[in-house]
Formats: sequence, structure tokens, C-alpha cells
Amino acid sequence: MDIYLPIAEISVNALVIILLGGVVGILSGMFGVGGGFLTTPLLIFSGISPAVAVASATTQITGASVSGVAAHAQRKGVDFRMGGVLIAGGIVGTIAGGFLFLQLQQAGQVDVVVAILYIILLSGIGALMVRESWTVIQARRTGIPIKPPVRRHHPVVAALPLRWRFYGSGLYISPLAPFGVGFLVGTLTVMLGIGGGFVLVPAMIYLLGMSTRVVVGTSLFQILFVAAATTMVHALTTQAVDIVLAILLLLGSVTGAQIGARLSTRINAEWLRLFLAALCILVAVRMGLGLGWRPDEIYSIQIT
Amino acid sequence: MNRLGILLFLALVPMLMGQARPRLVPAVDQEQIEIIYSFTGAELMVYGAILYPNGRVPDEPVDIVVVLKGPEQSILVREKQQRMGIWMNVAQARFRSAPAFYALASARPIDEIVDERTAAIYELGIDSLQLSPASANPPEEAQRFDEGLVDLRGRGGLYVEQLDAVEVTEGVLYNARIDIPARVPVGEYTAETFLIQNGRVLAGEVRDIRITKSGFERFVATAAAEHGFLYGLAAVLVSLLLGWLAGILFRRI
Repeated sequence: MDIYLPIAEISVNALVIILLGGVVGILSGMFGVGGGFLTTPLLIFSGISPAVAVASATTQITGASVSGVAAHAQRKGVDFRMGGVLIAGGIVGTIAGGFLFLQLQQAGQVDVVVAILYIILLSGIGALMVRESWTVIQARRTGIPIKPPVRRHHPVVAALPLRWRFYGSGLYISPLAPFGVGFLVGTLTVMLGIGGGFVLVPAMIYLLGMSTRVVVGTSLFQILFVAAATTMVHALTTQAVDIVLAILLLLGSVTGAQIGARLSTRINAEWLRLFLAALCILVAVRMGLGLGWRPDEIYSIQIT
Repeated sequence: MNRLGILLFLALVPMLMGQARPRLVPAVDQEQIEIIYSFTGAELMVYGAILYPNGRVPDEPVDIVVVLKGPEQSILVREKQQRMGIWMNVAQARFRSAPAFYALASARPIDEIVDERTAAIYELGIDSLQLSPASANPPEEAQRFDEGLVDLRGRGGLYVEQLDAVEVTEGVLYNARIDIPARVPVGEYTAETFLIQNGRVLAGEVRDIRITKSGFERFVATAAAEHGFLYGLAAVLVSLLLGWLAGILFRRI
């Protein structure tokens, strides 16, 4: 079933896009990540221009995070104060990211910078996940329980001035720390078309030392608003948001996310997490090799 | 205007010599190609008749060549080179106008039909396209960018020469079929038909064709271009609604 995308200006197979959204949705439901880091590269592989892929992925992320936020808010899994600070940082980050994106576009270096950022992020996150799931699997095999990590925020965070109380997160830290984290994630959202959950969640746990009870909900809360803001930024500057593409992706991903959430309670997620980590590292390695190999397309065209 | 001038000249020359030349009467099967949700490309048929003076079909065979050419764009072409082991954009060249789409339909390879000079005059064939560089690159570099652009668009199916795409019946009636790929840009196109004999262009005619988005597709494209804020807001609201609906639906199951 071929369908024409009015902004991307190409025809795609609607079922393939819905299926792509579905697979990413299942992963996001299981691991609490938005999945934008898989959607965007896969859309680009299928021939959609990077700008449209990035912009439309952010629209899809907005929709995909709604039901998650609602569910987490119901069981008090969202620290709204922390979320607010993260969002404030995130929105400033999207503006900075948009400016940076424009500069890179004019210099013609978008694809290289995006590829390098993806490589760093994917390999870093992949390595982190491998370590984590391996520890869990080993502990289960040997029967020695893992010592629960001492929850503490990073010394740099502790050194920042001006402290606020974040009751939901059980923290008394400077709001500058979550603001900075939000800023970084907002920038990445604009540049890479990712929700940033897979950066945000580790940062909340290891950097801010937030209570795990509110980590996923608050992260989704921030992603929801920042992705919506990013959609607006793209609609006003790059004009690359393809609403038809976003709807197709959403049809798949919202369904997939619900299935994924159900699956996660039933099956052993550790091996799957290991698999996802391997996938991240594989994609990173492939992208890294791609930078060094002579590309098929030496030339690229920009309409001025 | 230049090409029109040439055509006008061609039309006048025989009159001056007191000898009539053949004429072309072309038609296209669709003057407007509409892109709708199910658009996967189209086939344009250009057909017509050759009118010979006194109605006499010449003994020597004639060739019909049809060129479909689409909106002129001002573009920037970038070239990747290896720097510190990484392939990145290093050089660039600007073209003031290059067609976004160029398809040539003929019965046999164009270099068997006309010589290089004639091909250059009428822009027959991808190698004879007049791309107008706007930046002052050294000649060999400009040449490289020319070839790079043609190669890239060629692989995208946007610059093509289609062989066996023209049929001439009894030396009088002809029809040419041109495949239009799904990723053609919208805009104004021209379909030029040339009558060629012994490497000389005897007649030429032009028909305009327009490729547009229609209905919902046009609505979306205009909304995105002209009402960015409302469009963005609509996109956000639609995605919120879909996400929320899915959440409710699945809670029931």
C-alpha cells in the first residue's frame, strides 16, 4: 500500500512505516525509551530526507509519550517540579539546537556531525546497557544478589550553588543541574530527532541521583513537552514536519508501546536489553565505518 | 527565449528558400499530472503526427526525440573528500539553474541520431545539458561538479535517457512514452518534440505540462509553507490525540 508523503515528496509503503513504528513502539514500551534514536536513522535509510525524518520523528515522539505520562502521573510517578526545571532547560536547548543546526546546514556539515553524535551516544549507551544487564544476568546465575547502588548525586552537582527541594525525587540540589541536563537533551532533540530518554534516564539516575520511582515518568514528562516544542521549532524554521508520516509512525508506535508495556511484565527483559545494547553498538560501528569508507554519494545537492 | 528564437528561425528559413519543411503536430495525454496520496509515478505519453510538405513521406528514415524537462532550480552541490579519515563535505559549487528533472525519449541512442554540436544546441542528451555554474570554480573542478550532479540525479532517476521509448508508424504518426518517477518535484515542465533526419533538426514543438499536488496533499503542503505556526500546532494536537486515544483503548482491553 503505497502512500505519498506531501512534505517528504516521495511515496512510501504505508505498512512498512506502520510496522517500523510498531517495532520501535514495542522497544519503547519495554525499556521506557522513546525510540527516536532508531526511527530517525531507519527513516533516512528508507530514502526520506534527514530534515523531514528528524522533524517528523519529534512529532511522533510527542504522541508516543502522552499515554506513558498519563499512566505514570496517575500513580504519582512524575516529579512535576523537577520536570518543570528540565523542560525550561529543554526549551532553551531546542532554541540553541535550532541555531546550531542552521549554522551546520549552511556549512554543509550536518550529516557528519549528526553521524558522529549518533556514534558517541549509541556506543556509550550500548556499553552502559551491556554492563548493567550482564551484572544482572551474572547475579542471577551465581545467586549472589547485587548490592543496591548507593543513591547519590554526582559531586559536581553537589557543588552547584542555589539549592531547591525536589520532594518527588527526594533531592535537595541546585536547579542548575537539571536545567543543564534538560538543555543538553533539548539540543539533542532538535539535532538528532530523538526524545532523549536514553540520555535523560541515565543522567537522572547517575548524575542527579533521583529516586528511581519517578525517573521514567519525569523523563517522559520532559520529553513530551520538549518534543512538542521541537515540532513547533521545526514547523516554523525547517518546515519539514510531515504530518502524514508522523501519523503513520504513531499508528504503529502507540500500539507497539502498549504491547511492549505488557510484554515487559511477562518476559525476562535482561536478554532483550542485552540484545538492544548489541544493536546500538552494531549501528554505531556501522555508522563509524561509514564515515571512513568512501561513500556511494560523493556529491549532495541543496536547493537554494 | 533563445530556443524559441532558434525555432522561429528554423520555421522561417524554408520560407526564405521557397521550400516547405515538415511540421510537427504534437499532443500530450495529460497536461496536468496530479500527485495524490497514491502517487507512485506516472507515464506521460506524447504523441502526434508529422506533416510533410505535399504529404510526401521521405524515403530516408526520420527520428523523433522527446525531451521532458522540469522546473529550473538554483542549487548548491557539495563534494565530499576524506579529511582525517572521515568523509566530509569539503568543496562546493553553485549552479544558477539546473533542471530538477530531465528525460529524453528516443528510439535509439542519441549519439547515433545527432552529432555533438547539434546535441549541444538543442540540449539533446544528459551530456549536453547546459548547466549554468554560478561560482567561479577552476574549469576542471567545474567539470567534476557537472559530472557529479548528473551522476547523482541519474542514479535518482531524475536525469534519464529512455531508449526504445519512441515509435514512429509509417513515418507519419509517432508516440513517445516517458516514465515519471514518484520523486519528481512539482512545478512547470516542458515537453519538447524534435523531428530529426540525417542528424539535422527539421522541426520542433513545445507543450507545457504542469505537475501539481492536489487535494489533501496540496492542502498539507500549503499549510506547512504558509501557516507554519498553525500547522505545527495541528501536528502536535493530532499526535497528542492519537497517543491519548491509544492509551484509553488499550486500558479497556
